[in-house]
Amino acid sequence: MRILFFLLLSFLNLIYAHADEVTLIGAGATFPYPLYSKMFQEYYSIKKVKVNYQAIGSGGGIRQLINKTVDFGASDAFISDENLKKYGNNILHIPICIGAVVLSYNLHGNPAIKLTPEIISNIFLGKIKKWNNPAIATINPDIKLPDQQIVVIHRSDGSGTTFIFTDYLSKVSEEWAKKFGKGKSINWPIGLGAKGNPGVAGLIKQIPGSIGYIELVYALHNNMSYAQVKNKNENYITPSIQSVSYAANIELPEDSRVSLTNTDAEQGYPISGFTWILTYNDLSNLNRNKAQELVNLFWWMTHEGQKLAAPLEYAPLSPKAQSIAEQIIKKIKYNNEILWNTISK
Amino acid sequence: MEHNFKINKDRLYFRVINISPYFLIFLLASIYITLFIFSYPAIKQFGLSFITSSKWDPVFNKFGSLAFIYSTIVTSILSLIISLPFSISLAIYLGFYKKEGKIAEFLKTVIELLAGMPSVIYGFWGLFVFVPLMRNLEIKLGVLPYGVGIVSASIILAIMIIPYTTIISREVISLVPNDLIEASYSLGATKYETIKNVVFPYSLSGIFAGVLLSFGRAIGETMAVTMLIGNANSIPQSLFGPGNTMASVIANEFTEATGDIHLSSLFLIGLLLLIITSIFNLLGRVVINKFKIEG
Amino acid sequence: MALIKKIIKDKLFQTIIFLFSVLTIVPLFFILFYIIKKGFSVINLNFLFSITTSTGHDTIFRAIIGSLFIIILASLIAIPPGIITGIYLSENKKNKLASIIRLLTEILQGLPSIVIGILAYLWFVKPIKTFSALSGAISLSIIMLPIIVRSTEETLNLIPISLKEASLALGVPYYKTMIKVILPAGISGISSGILLSIARIAGETAPLLFTAFGNPYLSFNILKPTETLPLLIFNYATSPYEKWHQIAWGASFVLIVIVFILNILARLGSRKWKVKF
Repeated sequence: MRILFFLLLSFLNLIYAHADEVTLIGAGATFPYPLYSKMFQEYYSIKKVKVNYQAIGSGGGIRQLINKTVDFGASDAFISDENLKKYGNNILHIPICIGAVVLSYNLHGNPAIKLTPEIISNIFLGKIKKWNNPAIATINPDIKLPDQQIVVIHRSDGSGTTFIFTDYLSKVSEEWAKKFGKGKSINWPIGLGAKGNPGVAGLIKQIPGSIGYIELVYALHNNMSYAQVKNKNENYITPSIQSVSYAANIELPEDSRVSLTNTDAEQGYPISGFTWILTYNDLSNLNRNKAQELVNLFWWMTHEGQKLAAPLEYAPLSPKAQSIAEQIIKKIKYNNEILWNTISK
Repeated sequence: MEHNFKINKDRLYFRVINISPYFLIFLLASIYITLFIFSYPAIKQFGLSFITSSKWDPVFNKFGSLAFIYSTIVTSILSLIISLPFSISLAIYLGFYKKEGKIAEFLKTVIELLAGMPSVIYGFWGLFVFVPLMRNLEIKLGVLPYGVGIVSASIILAIMIIPYTTIISREVISLVPNDLIEASYSLGATKYETIKNVVFPYSLSGIFAGVLLSFGRAIGETMAVTMLIGNANSIPQSLFGPGNTMASVIANEFTEATGDIHLSSLFLIGLLLLIITSIFNLLGRVVINKFKIEG
Repeated sequence: MALIKKIIKDKLFQTIIFLFSVLTIVPLFFILFYIIKKGFSVINLNFLFSITTSTGHDTIFRAIIGSLFIIILASLIAIPPGIITGIYLSENKKNKLASIIRLLTEILQGLPSIVIGILAYLWFVKPIKTFSALSGAISLSIIMLPIIVRSTEETLNLIPISLKEASLALGVPYYKTMIKVILPAGISGISSGILLSIARIAGETAPLLFTAFGNPYLSFNILKPTETLPLLIFNYATSPYEKWHQIAWGASFVLIVIVFILNILARLGSRKWKVKF
């Protein structure tokens, strides 16, 4: 009998002990999920605030934010001007870090391949069908490329990674821009689709002769080869934290909504992009405590939290990007009060 | 007094039982109406071309679902054909030959476990164990070694839907009255002939119910299919090639679809799925009514 | 001659049936073996029952609780209407309304779980602006409903009418005949149907994506988001971390064990009540 009583007490204690802990709910991009996971973990151990983030995809994050079922969203694709106006002109984009989309492939012997924008476009357009195609062979003279069919792998689900990649393709290939354009989901001419970055990575690893686009983090964790890509300044760039940071060393707009692909930066990796946290600029519909906690979180993510990025192979914000993030966070208000003024340090 | 009380309870009983159908009607009506409302924009914009066109383009907002309809029907029918010999055999074995005993109990448990296996696990097992085998086969056959594709998805689907037919069929087969079976034996029939002429016709409606259950599962299965079918939004060139089903494309694109027409088109696919299922079930019902034997 | 032909046919048939039956369970063993191989090493008391870890996400205990909560909730919502509708159908074999209901039930079965999830989102999440275990349970109960209805109906159909007539002839009121005689007679079939429907939803992921949503923390609140085993398995197995992959396999193992236990319980329960005729 006493054991039962004890169990009941501890059960109740479990429920109520957590009763005054705030839980923030967020949803969105899969790309930064490993980083956000680590960040929120760390944040909880320091500040005892729980964050429930579900990686349902960039578009999902936007939609749930608009439906107000989550407290913040996350996306690799920024909301267009048109849509921003449609939603009421009240959503802010806070840049958190920068990611690289790499071309990963499965070739016998794992050679280090160089690719140009033309070659990449033509592969995904289905015009270059074999690995030993003269265009590829010419710029990779030291590698014996096999007479093997190229199997293209792309995303099956809507994704910010796809958005960054197709944004790049649209900039470097007129044919691509005209026929297929850029988006989170597009009408791929050829290839297999797989769900999420891990899905694409998985298929690439399994299918000999395949090539696909994935975020750098996933390529590194899965020990996969990825290509050096020729950038706007005719340099062959290896994707890395460094080259990705360089890509962001350009003039950034005040609201941070900018595409980093095909960057002008000389040593920048050409297929890079920001990932943002999305929030309303006016949090008056939430309770004040929660609104304050959100701003605390955003500030922490763009400052102390940044040190978690590099060890996980994400490029942290450059000083320029960080100061823009600060300006944006300072716009968030609650009943005409700027929440940043009462931030907890 | 006691007499009246009992009649009242009976009246309550009948009232409750007779109201229940309206609950289901309300549910289905709500489903149809909700889907229709949300797919209306797509219906208005594309009309019949939604069914005849296989172009699915979220960037230029042109949507046609022919490719998905095709792959959905192909994979469902293929998986059903593959699964039937196995599920019916097992149902006959457990419902007729070995109704009792340790082996029977064991097999029943095994089948119920198969039914309870989450679809994601089928997906992963399919992806990591089955697909490489399929790939080797494809290399031998000289086709592109995708591994994933229509055939792979259909085979794993077949494994998934076996339990549904088996469990229900076994149950109805085992409930065939013993006196009918004994009567058949006493007339000199072998077990095979008894099964063919007595057990089967008697339990046909129940077996068919199990088959429909399996078919419904196959049409609507999302997670395992989406991992194994290759997710190419076009009509498959061959059975070994990739395709995409209606349920899979909804799962893939729903959370991301922020464009209104894109979202509406996905709802329309959901509505079409509902309509296709309705048609198949209507046909099925006609067949069942022809074969039903009263007990 | 004809006799020998008959016997050959009979034996041949039996062999074929036996062969196919054995082949049917081969894939299951492959899959089980695979999961056991990958999941067993991860399982220990700590893994299962400790509530929190030092690494941020709570342990899979949160998913076990979440799954159990949602399964129980969904069953409570689906079983009564399911059985009652099943009774209605077997009591009204010929009337038009019943035929319509049968058709509607089958149609409901064919609806993909993801569409049901979307509908549950539109009806129960969007209006109240919060994800919840309850909305997840509602979406699962819609999936369970047709299975329970059909198996109840088919089972009751096969109970000889003589049983009902005997009970009524003894003066037992109609409602009592149904509840105390007919239903128990069909308990094995009905509970098979319930178990089938629970097995079906125990592994569902798609409809919970926009209803239960998922939760890295333990939650007992049915009006808040919650994690379930299949959601966790899907999220962790598709992550880039080997450690999370292992947790996913451990969770798969746990899920199979839970379904197995439910199975045994239902089997024992129905044996207690089974009436033979």
